[in-house]
Amino acid sequence: MSSELFYKPVTELSSLLEAKTVSSVELTQAVIARTKAVDTKVKAFNSFDEADALAQARASDERRAAGQARGPLDGIPVGIKDVIAVDGQPLTASSKMLANFVSPYDSTVTKKLKKAGAICWGRLNLDEFAMGSSTENSAFHTTCNPYDLERVPGGSSGGSAAAVAAGEAIVSLGSDTGGSIRQPAALCNVVGFKPTYGLVSRFGLIAFASSLDQIGPFSRSVEDAAITLGAIAGHDPLDSTSFKTEIPNYRDELKKRKGPWRLGIPKEYFGQGLDPEVAAAVEKAISYYEKMGCEVKNVSLPHTEYGVGVYYIIATAECSSNLARYDGIRYGHRSKDAKDIIDLYFKSRAEGFGQEVKRRIILGTYVLSSGYYDAYYLRAQKVRTLIRQDFLNAYKEVDAILTPTSPTPAFKKGEKAANPLAMYLSDVYTIGVNLAGLPGMSIPCGFSKSGLPIGLQLIGQPFQEAELLSIANAYEKAHDWATITPNL
Amino acid sequence: MSAPTDLNIDHVAHLARLALTPEEKAKFATQLGDVLAYIEQLKKVDVSGVEPTAHAFPVYNVWADDVAQPGLPVEAALKNAPAQRNNMIVVPKVVE
Repeated sequence: MSSELFYKPVTELSSLLEAKTVSSVELTQAVIARTKAVDTKVKAFNSFDEADALAQARASDERRAAGQARGPLDGIPVGIKDVIAVDGQPLTASSKMLANFVSPYDSTVTKKLKKAGAICWGRLNLDEFAMGSSTENSAFHTTCNPYDLERVPGGSSGGSAAAVAAGEAIVSLGSDTGGSIRQPAALCNVVGFKPTYGLVSRFGLIAFASSLDQIGPFSRSVEDAAITLGAIAGHDPLDSTSFKTEIPNYRDELKKRKGPWRLGIPKEYFGQGLDPEVAAAVEKAISYYEKMGCEVKNVSLPHTEYGVGVYYIIATAECSSNLARYDGIRYGHRSKDAKDIIDLYFKSRAEGFGQEVKRRIILGTYVLSSGYYDAYYLRAQKVRTLIRQDFLNAYKEVDAILTPTSPTPAFKKGEKAANPLAMYLSDVYTIGVNLAGLPGMSIPCGFSKSGLPIGLQLIGQPFQEAELLSIANAYEKAHDWATITPNL
Repeated sequence: MSAPTDLNIDHVAHLARLALTPEEKAKFATQLGDVLAYIEQLKKVDVSGVEPTAHAFPVYNVWADDVAQPGLPVEAALKNAPAQRNNMIVVPKVVE
């Protein structure tokens, strides 16, 4: 366990800031120094703006000196995935298409973070346009897993997970379309939270698959996730899919809710392809809940096997439509050798997009094209209904569902790069949650013999974030996996 | 490896306004053939009488009052344009 400032959770740092034992400038300097020391190895960042972060830290210290501190996140450096807009900062989506794009406005989540006093810190690497499970699809570089630099951190929010794991940010934001927060959290030994669809505004998030995308936090503890989620959740008129619902004080709820809970174990998530060490760690976590008095029941999610197929129709269809905006006209990469306007579209897109993005645009365009819509897209939307009903049926008997987050620990770089289908199948346990719109999270639950982190996934009921966080908190309080930091 | 499908890469790439190299076309045909073969399993599911889900929690008729709001200043809006002149975006000639 590390006693360094940059490895402390928000809960502890906010007390130190409040007591004026530490200033936000000191904390931010510690995080910057740590980033400079380790990011040449980890490569979590696409860029960072030291002067801007320190200016925000000074403003925080001035507020506090004037007795106007804004709560637990005031003065805390929060890393931001490079697909979420911050006013005046680069916004690249790790794509050549947006390599020189500077955002002229703030996303709703970063506006809310700033309002809470948080310091928006750096631009964190991802798979290009959030399409991938390893950050290998980034146009700039692959982020390394801090626990084994030869391995991937997971993806697409691999930079966000690795930065928190390596002490380069205290918490961070990512986005999750098919597991892009939970899977990298599991692979990097941090907490990753994907909220119910509609709880957090998507305004200012570069769109990938609009019916699935949600923004959520990475953190070192469940309580830190509760604090960060509370800061970014809530209805936003700028996102017409955002939901009008009461946002409780998640942190207070953690202290009130002590269970015991009824927990469901879906047999479909423990079959072929599950690494035995992952299975053993997850089963041990389940038996802890049993020992603390929870009722653990088998449940069935019979349409699980169709999840990956449904996802790669719906997500690619929506991406082919969302990415039509990158045409080289108003912003983004413009080809220099186009002979006319139509040629400009073709060449700008060919030069600006990487292989995985092109592959998904082709697949998505195909499944939406005339004559194939009913066979693919419409059928996928119907199977999506069945997948969602599976979960809602299970919730008649249980409060939450426990599963592994990823079928294996972190895989080696290059291992799946040539085989898109193998890469897609690594999302098998996380995709159902997005299709059903549910809240899901990953918390650390152990290590493999070779020292690679393993994650437990907890899936909750719609808009019951407080309950889900409380269930995770009960496990975390009795275990100290999150305090095992990597050797860097 | 790939199962035969009627995925016509040239046609689809044209619809997507995406220029692909011959190598990309060959590679994508194989890789997406595998993915489409995998997706075939969805045909086993009985979906008769099942309503499609477009959004997990659909929100209908989201209205906003028709009130003018300040938008981005022109300079900020054009800051990322690849080419601009006189507060306009410059594009290749589209009419003869």
